[in-house]
Amino acid sequence: MSEPALHKQAQPHGSKIATLDLPELYQCVHCGLCLNQCPTYRALRLETESPRGRIHLVKAAADGRIELTERFKDHLYLCLLCRACESACPSGVQYGHIAETAREILGPPGSKLARVVLNFVLTQLLPYPQRLRWAAALLRFYQQSGLPRVLRPLLPERLQKMESMLPPISQHFFSPDADPLPAIGARRAKVAMLNGCVMPLFFSEVNAATVRVLRRNGCDVVFPRNQICCGALNVHNGESEAAKKMARRNIDVFLDAGVDAIIVNAAGCGAAMKEYDHLLRNDPAYAEKAKRFSALVKDATEFLAGLGLVGRLAPLKISATYQDPCHLAHGQRVRNQPRNLLKAIPELQLKEMDGSDRCCGSAGIYNITHPGMSQHLLKEKMQSVAATQAEVVIAPNPGCILQLRYGSQQYGPGLKVYHLMDLLDRAYSEAESSSSNAV
Amino acid sequence: MSRNALINELRAVVGDHYVLVEKEDVIVYEQDGSIFQVMPEIVVVPGNVDEVAAVMKAAQRGGVPIVPRGSGTGLAGGAVPAEGGIVLSLARLNRILKIDLQNRIAILEPGVINLDVTKAVAKDGFFYAPDPSSQAACSVGGNVANNSGGPHTLAYGVTTNHVLGVEVVLDNGQVLWLGGEVSDTPGYDLCGIFVGSEGTMGVVTKVAVRLMQTRESVRTLLAIFDEMDVATRTVVDITAAGIIPAALEMMDRTTIEAVETGSPVGFPRDAEAVLIVEVEGVLEQTDRSVNLVHAICQRNGAREVRVAKDDSERQLLWKGRKGAFGAMGALAPNYYVQDGVVPRSKLPEIMRRIAEISKRYNLRIANVFHAGDGNLHPNILFDMRIPGELDRVIEAGAATLRACTELGGSITGEHGVGIEKKAYIGLLFTEQDLEAMSRIRKVFDPDNRFNPAKLFPTPISCGEMRRQPANIPAGLWI
Repeated sequence: MSEPALHKQAQPHGSKIATLDLPELYQCVHCGLCLNQCPTYRALRLETESPRGRIHLVKAAADGRIELTERFKDHLYLCLLCRACESACPSGVQYGHIAETAREILGPPGSKLARVVLNFVLTQLLPYPQRLRWAAALLRFYQQSGLPRVLRPLLPERLQKMESMLPPISQHFFSPDADPLPAIGARRAKVAMLNGCVMPLFFSEVNAATVRVLRRNGCDVVFPRNQICCGALNVHNGESEAAKKMARRNIDVFLDAGVDAIIVNAAGCGAAMKEYDHLLRNDPAYAEKAKRFSALVKDATEFLAGLGLVGRLAPLKISATYQDPCHLAHGQRVRNQPRNLLKAIPELQLKEMDGSDRCCGSAGIYNITHPGMSQHLLKEKMQSVAATQAEVVIAPNPGCILQLRYGSQQYGPGLKVYHLMDLLDRAYSEAESSSSNAV
Repeated sequence: MSRNALINELRAVVGDHYVLVEKEDVIVYEQDGSIFQVMPEIVVVPGNVDEVAAVMKAAQRGGVPIVPRGSGTGLAGGAVPAEGGIVLSLARLNRILKIDLQNRIAILEPGVINLDVTKAVAKDGFFYAPDPSSQAACSVGGNVANNSGGPHTLAYGVTTNHVLGVEVVLDNGQVLWLGGEVSDTPGYDLCGIFVGSEGTMGVVTKVAVRLMQTRESVRTLLAIFDEMDVATRTVVDITAAGIIPAALEMMDRTTIEAVETGSPVGFPRDAEAVLIVEVEGVLEQTDRSVNLVHAICQRNGAREVRVAKDDSERQLLWKGRKGAFGAMGALAPNYYVQDGVVPRSKLPEIMRRIAEISKRYNLRIANVFHAGDGNLHPNILFDMRIPGELDRVIEAGAATLRACTELGGSITGEHGVGIEKKAYIGLLFTEQDLEAMSRIRKVFDPDNRFNPAKLFPTPISCGEMRRQPANIPAGLWI
């Protein structure tokens, strides 16, 4: 037999990285049950782009067996952080913690310029609601002027695409007009709502609808002043300092409100807020408060399904399919509650799609940082949606809504995309107007 | 051929993206589901049969070892490149090429996920029978290589009973079919030789499998026991009563703890053992069987017997059972699973012996296994970071296998030999047996490049093996 041209190499040992040596790494027994649930592994069929592979990479880096190279970073950032692997993992490995910690050490993704821009957004824009509103107002002016028509052809291709994905900024930014917004009918709970960073600007109507539905279900709703963006985008993109500041602020203002629950209608924010206890686990002044805070956080669908809907819902004759937002299904393990709410709407026909809990490719700003993979996943998603022949997709999360609307522009003309609160609100208000008409 | 020339040739064949050579890429292919780690030099991920053939030719010219890999869920180190070289991942060959329900066959590429086969035909009332616990992730090609079983092996047999033919690529890049879409072809059963060959003969690029018709009624019970002895005696009694369940699975207290910690499904944490019994058939028959099993469990002193009310309850029981290996991570950073077999009647005895071994070596052992056919899976829980612990684990593992053979059983039921059990294969085969097998291997792999250092003790010397059962090459353990 000829001598093989390739020989086993000794494994060099570099310096260990103690902050990466997480207990979660030792819970993974590399069984591989996560592979087929991972959108990037499904697309590329490469172990490097799988949860098991990424965990092994982080472990190898922690042990000083590999360096934190650009390639390493690419593998960690190709992940959507959808956390479908966590739903699949028999050992209960919290992959999100591993990936977020690695990203914290790696810093934000992309080119030098992209990192500067992203850092600015994460540390100078998101933590400052007023600045965000100014920026949104500026954007709204741009959208309503004739400028896009003139400018669009001049932009480089990638920016053109980003510009076309941008939703119209709401005519009025959402802000509560009373405090508290009182319960309608018998009072059953007092809740505080997260206004959010993007929701009041792009989805002002969804926040208004959520408030109306909560009030009709006997909730006093308050919006604690001085609340701030939840910091999820920061945590997902390797920025933790501003994220922790935002978390501490929210914990203080929401705990002060003395409520039964903290309601969130954006799945990504809810998941992040339920994990403030993890984010601040090493902060002696806040660790305990964060635990109390996180225990109070509820997704709007989770809370309403638990409370039990009251009041009359008008029939909505539509066929709808439900997209599980990753950070609701995988991040918060909330799957049945939104479906139960939909089933409560008379005549609404719920048609389940194949892989409803697979990521649509939105994933925060992933559709901007990784347009190719994002587009691939979106196309697959739109095929699943089309196969149900539903007229409406329901996704209780702003990122999914934007992405699916963009998808329907491309692949499914005529398809409508709503937040679940939109539909509930409509069913309630139609019931009300029909009964007032009857009188 | 130089390393660079080989890499360039491979890149020209499959494209740059699918030839991995950087350390931050190939390192993730140093492991599978087992506790072995060896880094490959090159990972190639071809997209079709032609590319596989071209890769095989290049590897032959380079004289480089080649290790086929499916999903990398194996438990015996079968996909770990023990001598480095090329790992050939078949993950991209994942199309279901043909489904022919009239003739009840499907033609699959090797990277198709086991469960996806059943998913593709379930709505028409069919299923693919071999169902390893890893079926949501493992590949059909990997199943062929390891002749994999699963909980339903009891009723339906292992992979080889369901494979009608395979398309293979030989060492020189030649592509040919062995067997075919019909059973009972004349001549040597070469397809049969490839099934279970663990990548030592060539690369499977298509598999023709049998599809089976879903039974009218499937019922699943969970029997809960306060004593392991009572549970194992119940298994013996169920089969003695003439019932052949479709599956008869056991999990002990430690396994229940792992599942309930990692991804809870509602098994009682304070039970010493649970049995999952599944019966299939026409409605009247399953009703009768359920009642009979129920009665036997109670007569033996089961604390409680729960019958799954609907499909979602059934699925939950199976989710717990099939996630059991993966859940071991909830209890310990590492687990070493054995795959011994004993005659069913010896189950009470072997479980007592395993408990003694656990005590003697001061190691926790979680038992989750196919009780119906006596196929044990003692998972030895440990922490690789503790010096000396691994040695104790290997000794304890060897002790369980010795106990199995002493009771008239075997060292592996379904996980394959791989790296892990090649040292023990001498417990089962004579020198002559092994030599005959190795001559067959040489026909297909004259250069000893296909998954080298697997399956056979090298050099073949059973005496050596028996004296030194833990003779595993240094450096193969993590």
